[in-house]
Amino acid sequence: MAVVETKDLTKVFTPGERGAVNDVNLLTREGEFMVFLGPSGSGKTTLLRMIAGLEDPTAGEILIGGQVVTHLPPRDRGIAMVFQSYALYPHLSVYKNITFPLRAQGVPKEEHRGKVEWAAGLLGIGELLKRKPRELSGGERQRVALARAIVREPTVFLLDEPLSNLDAKLRASAREELTQFHERVGTTTIYVTHDQIEAMAMGDRIVVLHEGFVRQVGSPREVYDDPADTFVATFLGSPPMNLVDHGDVLVGFRPEHLLPRPLVEGPAVEIGVRVTGIEYLGSERIVYALIDRDRFAEQKVVAKLPATYEVGVADGEAVEFAVAERNLRFFDKTSEKRADSRALVWG
Amino acid sequence: MIGLKGARRRRLPFQIYRWTALSVFSVLLAFPFVWMAITSFKQTSDLYNLNNNPFLFNERPTLEHLKLLFEETLFPRWFLNTAFAGAMVVLITLLLAVPAAYALARLTGRWGERLGIAIFLTYLIPPTLLFIPMSRVVSELGLQDSLWSIIVVYPTFTVPFSIWLLMAFFKSIPRELEDAAMVDGLTRFQAFVKLVIPISFSGILTVVIFTFTLVTQEFVYALTFISSASNQTIGVGVPIYLVRGDVYYWGSLMAACLIASLPIAVFYNLFLDRFIAGFTVGAVK
Repeated sequence: MAVVETKDLTKVFTPGERGAVNDVNLLTREGEFMVFLGPSGSGKTTLLRMIAGLEDPTAGEILIGGQVVTHLPPRDRGIAMVFQSYALYPHLSVYKNITFPLRAQGVPKEEHRGKVEWAAGLLGIGELLKRKPRELSGGERQRVALARAIVREPTVFLLDEPLSNLDAKLRASAREELTQFHERVGTTTIYVTHDQIEAMAMGDRIVVLHEGFVRQVGSPREVYDDPADTFVATFLGSPPMNLVDHGDVLVGFRPEHLLPRPLVEGPAVEIGVRVTGIEYLGSERIVYALIDRDRFAEQKVVAKLPATYEVGVADGEAVEFAVAERNLRFFDKTSEKRADSRALVWG
Repeated sequence: MIGLKGARRRRLPFQIYRWTALSVFSVLLAFPFVWMAITSFKQTSDLYNLNNNPFLFNERPTLEHLKLLFEETLFPRWFLNTAFAGAMVVLITLLLAVPAAYALARLTGRWGERLGIAIFLTYLIPPTLLFIPMSRVVSELGLQDSLWSIIVVYPTFTVPFSIWLLMAFFKSIPRELEDAAMVDGLTRFQAFVKLVIPISFSGILTVVIFTFTLVTQEFVYALTFISSASNQTIGVGVPIYLVRGDVYYWGSLMAACLIASLPIAVFYNLFLDRFIAGFTVGAVK
């Protein structure tokens, strides 16, 4: 096991243009499950590929287990990687796919059988060893890819959107399996995804990336509850955080915190809104509305009402909503960074 | 799903359709071989009698044509020459085309594609145009009347075509596979040898067969560059020595064709499964 560290890591594909990855400084913890989260084009995969050694950094350093590996080829970094497509070798059986890294690194043949049985047992694919990749289902392929990655006991695991090829149902169970798998092997893991649910559910810490810059590093709770800037605030959460223009600051609050007045306890800010649309989603209702007060009139907000709140809210109706003060977040309007909390004079 | 498919396959109309299609194709493809075989063993008088049923032996079968082919021409020699030249040309073609195609498919980005097209365009120049420059090259190298002249010349058209063909194969292999192999402990070159080549096996096989067939049947260059009978290949030797004026030695001609084409047919059938698998393999998905 080892920690991964990047120092001012930068990758510029076309000189003169903005880099795909810019000055990234990260340090994982021992055995941590770290998630790189960001929209497509945010540089998360490029960052992972640089850590893997598949992409040469333009500047900066990469350390694995305290050793500088910046210019080492992938095979000398002690890493294993699971690719989005799984990249199973199509002409080899599952058994040979799993032993491939062992053969490539000259592990004595008599040790292969035992190691494969261990890895296959861990992932429950003992029955599939004689099959070819094309005879496997998506979930089975993913497990074979994991077995191939773990068989040589890497110090670091890199996973590049390994669940994106699975259907929604399978994805949820695969997510849980991956988490359990990580708990069992305890290897430092870096996981790339654009799916915030995966990131929230699996990550010990989440690195939110945007346009090649790290926007925030923190636990799922921190990035969700205390976003560092408006990008993180609106990227995470569905629907995203409401941002209301209030003089020199932007006031943010989550849709699930914008509730009908009677549901909000303690000191709160009242917001009168006019409902413009309602989506019924079973477990909750999404209410789209416009603020109905003179100074902030016509600003859009979204509220998420739990199904347990059964009072009718009708389209076109004026409703008195409120947000508890402790749930308000403030952002500087020009820098879009987090600003200090302040007393809000509303209206 | 599988049960349903199986049931449909067992249904009668499907069976009739399948067997009809199979029979038509089998007859169509086997006919030239059967025809060559029958003709090789027929007496000449039987061959030329229009009242005879051409599909049957109306007179006693004979080994005369084979005897003529093997004893009175240099056919065994031509056969060996063709095999040797074929093997050499295949070797040269693979040595040049495989790395070139890989480099063009993978490493040079946008230019790779343009260069690939440019290389393919050279294949469109008719060989008859290149004749005179090629003969200069052959004489400069001092290879006139030697089997080596064609071994040097044939790759000029087998290599571009093979590069173009293999490029398509290499491009269809996802880069992630090579990335995976490199993470798993190989160098890029090892990944190429241990992964890319086995996966493109059917493409490489196609190149081998294309090249070998070309050596067997090419006429113009072989005829001009080689004049001694003992240095010729089947493609030139057979028509020159078995067609004398207006006399066609049909029996021997057919026997020669049959013997020349059988190895290629057998070779092809040997790897038929690999060909089909190669074209349908689901590499990643």
